[in-house]
Order: sequence, then structure tokens, then C-alpha cells
Amino acid sequence: MFDLHGYLPLILKGALLTLEVAVLSLLIAIILGLIGAVAKLSGSWIAKLIAGSYTTVIRGVPDLVLMTLIFFGGQILVNDVGDSLGWDYIDVSPFAAGVLTIGFIFGAYLTETFRGGILAVSRGEIEAGHAYGMTSIQVFLRITMPAMVRHALPGFSNNWLVLAKTTALVSVIGLQDMVYIAGQAGGATRQLFAFYFLVAILFLIITGVSDIGLRWLERRYSVGVRKA
Amino acid sequence: MDFNVIIENMPLYVEGLWVTVQLVVLSLIFGLALAVPLALVATSNSRFIAFWPRAYIYFFRGTPLLVQMFMIYHGAGQFELLKESVLWVVFKEAYWCALIAFSLNTAAYTSEILRGAMEQTPFGEVEAAKAYGMSRATQYRRIILPSAFRRALPSYGNEVIFMLHGSALAGVITIVDLFGAAKIVNSRHFVPFESFIAAGFFYLCMTFLIVWIFKIAETHWHASIHPRKEGGKKKGGAAIPA
Repeated sequence: MFDLHGYLPLILKGALLTLEVAVLSLLIAIILGLIGAVAKLSGSWIAKLIAGSYTTVIRGVPDLVLMTLIFFGGQILVNDVGDSLGWDYIDVSPFAAGVLTIGFIFGAYLTETFRGGILAVSRGEIEAGHAYGMTSIQVFLRITMPAMVRHALPGFSNNWLVLAKTTALVSVIGLQDMVYIAGQAGGATRQLFAFYFLVAILFLIITGVSDIGLRWLERRYSVGVRKA
Repeated sequence: MDFNVIIENMPLYVEGLWVTVQLVVLSLIFGLALAVPLALVATSNSRFIAFWPRAYIYFFRGTPLLVQMFMIYHGAGQFELLKESVLWVVFKEAYWCALIAFSLNTAAYTSEILRGAMEQTPFGEVEAAKAYGMSRATQYRRIILPSAFRRALPSYGNEVIFMLHGSALAGVITIVDLFGAAKIVNSRHFVPFESFIAAGFFYLCMTFLIVWIFKIAETHWHASIHPRKEGGKKKGGAAIPA
């Protein structure tokens, strides 16, 4: 019943692109999340205000709306800036728009995750670091960050799984990920259900494998923690 | 930026807003109606019986809503049998397909929330119900489900917000919801910033509204869980004993 007519390699190529988008946007999200968390916990009210509005606005607006805004709006912005600087026409690629938007969105979610993780690090560990004469940056890099990982991992795992699924949206702005290719292949062979089902299974494999990996990580980072 | 275009097109946005509200409310109702039996079966002691709802939940939670919606809207046409049946009246309409996809999706998430809440029922509550001689059905109706609903409230609030945001996908399959309206305004006047920012603003307001509603619901339904606030108008001020 489900004959793929030799489209499987193309779909798998699309799956690779999906993974690329996911991993790159995760990197952006981690960086933004760390900056956001530190800003939220800092003493500066300006940093708090900026980070607070960032997380509130981003988490209150659908990802699809943000993505189209950045894709179509970004094009105009780049054109305007380019015009005034005398550049040639620059095309905003759906790849860049997709990665930037998803990274930007999940940066907001990770801000909250990391903030919770940092707050869960015991005060004594941080005080001990200061007592050793470490600078604030050293304390953050050597003590807070590594100790935070265990507390932040469950939330992080959750966000990664949601992020991986969100990458499907890049097909809407024309990036040829596996959802997009499935639509093309399914349209050509009049088997749209079969191809979308295949993509669904591929997503299940991605989420399933990352679930196993993340659980392993959680166990590793919880070594030495007594369980109730 | 010129927001006059948005004001001129306000009727379109309001129309889209109404469609979004419809889609979200209807799919939440259908989703919840499906989620309760799903959660009940998923907590069954029989592994064989519990497997089916769990597989359903796993599938719908592990795949993107966009793909689920495409499977139903674009995929339905693949089946000749379906095309010739009366059901085609439903499946040829983008609106119904979106509604079906959203309902099935939120049902999976909601039943997982409910399942978690039901498994956390304090043993004493069930024990007390048994001691009262309640039948299993009565236990569920009077003790387990109400207490689970209460515990599920904060997570369900999140799910409602996710559903609101997910409903924007309807605009992808030609439905003129809030996102669809923004798309139309953008293509007519080529104002991507204004059109999508306006839509984003409406979504943001609705998100705040949902958060606010759930806050009120929580103070009402969680009155028994949260400690009573000490009297006196001053926040944090020590109550002076008379």
C-alpha cells in the first residue's frame, strides 16, 4: 500500500536538514538562555526589565507568527539597511530565518529553565567559591554552571523535545526540510498520507533517541545524589 | 511603520480572532471529552489495555502538530474509500480538519496531564473512599477525578496556552484565523511588520487573558491546598493578636 517510489533518500536528506536546524537553533537558544537567566538574576533593573519582557512576549506569541514576522519582516529590514549602505540585494534565507527564530523563541524558554536551575544551586557552594577568592565569573563558570546542569536537565530535555518538533514550521517559510519534501513527494505520487506518516515516524525516532540520551545524561549528572 | 493599514483591516482581524477563539474553545472541549476516558484506560492495571491509549498519547505528543494536521487535511485525499463516503463532507473542509487535528492533539496532552495527576492521588483519599463502601465508579466520580482535576489545573493552563499558539497553524491551510488574517493583510498591502505584529499583539492579549482566568480558577479550586492568608491588610505584616 505504501510505495515510496524511491523518495526515501530525499526524505532522509530532509531529515538531516531538520536535525541541522534543530541543533543550530538549540545552540543559539542555550546562549540566549544563559544570558537571559543571568540578566534575570542580576541586580540591574534594566537587565531584569529587558530579560523579563523578552521571556513574556516570546512565550505569549505563537512561534509561527514570530517566524513569519522575522522571515518577511527581516527581508524588508535587510533591504532597507542594505539600501542605505549601498549593498546589493540580499536574500534572507529561510534557513537563517528559521534557525534564528527557533533559537530566539527557545532562548526565552531556556531562560526560565536555567534561572530555576541556578536558583536551585545551594548557596553554600557559591559562598565557598567566593571564600576561595574566585571572581564572580570564575564562580559562575566553575561552580554555578556545572552544579546547575542537574537541576536544569529535566526542563532542558523537555524544551529540546518541543524544539525538535517546532522545526517542522520551517517548511511553512519554504525551507526544504523533511515535512516540505514529504509534501512534494506525496503530491507527486498522490500519497500524501503515507509520506506525512513517514515523517511523523521519523520525528518519533528523533524524539525517542534524544529521550534515551537525555535520560542517560540525567543519570550521569545525578551520580552521588541520594534518592528519597 | 504605518498601523493605519491595520486599522483599516480591523474587521478582518476581528473575524480571524473569532475563528481562532472558536477553534481553540471547540478543540479544548472535544479534547477534554476524549482525554478523560483515555486517561482512565491508560491507568488500567492491565498492560494490554493500557498499551493502546499510551501508544496514542505517545504518537500525538511525539510528532509535530503541523504534520498531524497535514496528515488529516492533505492525507485524507489519499483514501478513495473515504473520498466516496459521506465523511468526505467533513474531510474536504480545512476548518474541520484543523479542528480534528487540534482536538486529537490536545486530547493526548491533556490525558497525559490527567494521568499524572491521577497517579498522584494520595493513597489515604482512596482508602477513605473504600472505607465508605464506595464502588469503583463512585470513587472515580467523587474522589479521584475531582482531586486529579484540581491538581492538573496549572499544567492544563499551560496546555490551553499551547493550544492557542498551535491554533495559528490553521492559517497555513487556508483558514482565515488570526494568523490567516495577518497573512492576507501582508499579501495585500505588503506590510509584514505591521500585519504580524498586530496578530502577535492579539495572541499576547489572549495569552494574558488565559493566564488571568487560570489564576482566578486556581485561587478558587486550590483554596483547600494553599494555606489561608493571615488576616490584616498589610502584606507580610505580622498579625497582632487581639
